Amino acid sequence: MTDAVASAPGADTRKSARFLYVSAVVFLCAWVLVPIYFLLINTLSSPETVTSFPKPFLPEFDMGSLTFFAGFAGILTALKNSVVVAGMTMVMSIVIGAPAGYALSRFEFRGKGLFRLLILLTRAFPLPLLALPLAVLFIRTGLDDTAFGLAIVHTTLAIPFAVLITFSLFSGIPIELEEAAWTLGCTRLTAFTKVVLPLILPGIAASAIFAFVISWNEVFAAAVLTIENRTLTAFLLQNLDTSPLHLKFAGGFILVVPALIFIFAVRKYLFAMWGIANR
Amino acid sequence: MAEIQIKNVAKIFGAYQALHDINLTIADQEFMVLLGASGCGKSTLLRIIAGLETATTGEVWIGGRRIDHLSPKDRGIAMVFQNYAVFPHLTVFENIGFGLRMQKLPNDEVTRRVEKTATLMHIEQLLKRYSGELSGGQRQRVAVARALAMEPDVILMDEPLSNLDALLRMEMRAELKGVLADSKTTAIYVTHDQVEAMSMADRISVMHQGKIIQAAAPIEVYRNPSAEFVASFIGNPPMNFLPARPAGAGRWTVAGQTFDGPQADRAALQFAIRPEDMQPAEQGLTALAKVVEPLGAHLLVTCEVEGKLFRVILDSDMKVRPGETLTLAPQPDRIRWFDPETTLAVA
Repeated sequence: MTDAVASAPGADTRKSARFLYVSAVVFLCAWVLVPIYFLLINTLSSPETVTSFPKPFLPEFDMGSLTFFAGFAGILTALKNSVVVAGMTMVMSIVIGAPAGYALSRFEFRGKGLFRLLILLTRAFPLPLLALPLAVLFIRTGLDDTAFGLAIVHTTLAIPFAVLITFSLFSGIPIELEEAAWTLGCTRLTAFTKVVLPLILPGIAASAIFAFVISWNEVFAAAVLTIENRTLTAFLLQNLDTSPLHLKFAGGFILVVPALIFIFAVRKYLFAMWGIANR
Repeated sequence: MAEIQIKNVAKIFGAYQALHDINLTIADQEFMVLLGASGCGKSTLLRIIAGLETATTGEVWIGGRRIDHLSPKDRGIAMVFQNYAVFPHLTVFENIGFGLRMQKLPNDEVTRRVEKTATLMHIEQLLKRYSGELSGGQRQRVAVARALAMEPDVILMDEPLSNLDALLRMEMRAELKGVLADSKTTAIYVTHDQVEAMSMADRISVMHQGKIIQAAAPIEVYRNPSAEFVASFIGNPPMNFLPARPAGAGRWTVAGQTFDGPQADRAALQFAIRPEDMQPAEQGLTALAKVVEPLGAHLLVTCEVEGKLFRVILDSDMKVRPGETLTLAPQPDRIRWFDPETTLAVA
């Protein structure tokens, strides 16, 4: 009996700490999941249910809105454009970003700190500020309304992340592994391909997918710089503006799901970018 | 034949001079230990020999061939790193065989040499494992086996045992010494652990602030330190120092006692004696015992002689209490003398 009394305050603190922890987790999950859940329900509901209130908590599995999109003229071209642009963005941001990440992690050079800061600063300019001059420039060079032109813009958006993710990946690989490879008969290049590359390949893939998602989700530059070759986001933005509510939900759903799946697949590498242990 | 010659090597990092004009010759098949506190330049010197760092000035020769302009792979060296650097994406077998595969040796030769060195290092049962499934000691064995499998002219080791626990370190120390002696390679071994240095080396180079202070056989470094730094760095506890004043030709007064010393024309010298080279006697230095530490094998007594810290190691059967006064007679042939201005030994 006395034991129970003595341990009571400790148990209380632990209990309230646990309560705080659980409620924070529940709140954050709800913050993310509730909108996605409503998106899902409304996508799979008939137009009447979407505009009615209260909402049902279970979807009706009415495929009307989705089948409408499947048959919507131009949507497949837009989807194809999105994939092409995102694919190009993915390749270009890794080809340019990974060597920069390697250099940041392995070499000491003048202005290294400034370089790291400048990489982040590219994200400080609002895209609308850049989009119009870019549009003018692109029209002059003939890059306007092409997938490649848009991919260049998306690459500049994705590169900071590619550099930072690969920087943290390379930094996670002890330099001694490379040095050991050099002493065992490797050149800098073969040490990279035989030792470093196999170790960071999953991380590179993750950072590539992240670049893909950035491009996939980007709408502003896509809307300004393309007219005929619209990407899915720009296409939906243009067409959903005047569409009924249930189609807006369905369009949003189509955009969100691939991004969600990709991000979920590479989540542990995104933690690495913020310096949380890469395991 | 793989004699190593280091000629006038210096290294400057920005405004910091890490190495000053290093000259050192290491004989074929010699086991040379570079010993010093952290930041003394010993690892930098090793990395210059390995080719992982370039010397600002100077030359490095291995087996009569100048190699300081070659890349690491062309120097005929193999290296063992402090954190093992075992490749995590390869099995133990492929780790040990990595260098052999880079040389494009035929498969059966790779297998033969990997199995031979794995047996030598007692890891033949681990060949299929990955480094994540190994303990620290096993990883260390893989790292050594990987270096030995290359059959290099020179094997370079950078604090290879410092990440192991004390017991394992002692075991590996003896084993490494045996394996390296059998392999007939020239070895350079960097450590800050003087016990490791004493027990393994053919010769020790004691380094301090980017210079080699003394390069000699372990017992020579211990008995006849060439400078005060070596005397106070080697030995646990280190040598005791007391100021000495001249008292006629070849005689010096230390803490009220007169000793035979060098015939040096100097106003003052440092008298030095190792803690274990003294015995309680009728006549000698008067020491006030401050702290008594029974260490099992012997008794460590920290005393004061004329206000100076003075340690003595006595037989563990001796009864000494703090506050007691001891009279200690230094063994005459073990007394050393240093010049307080140059800090160098005076004969």
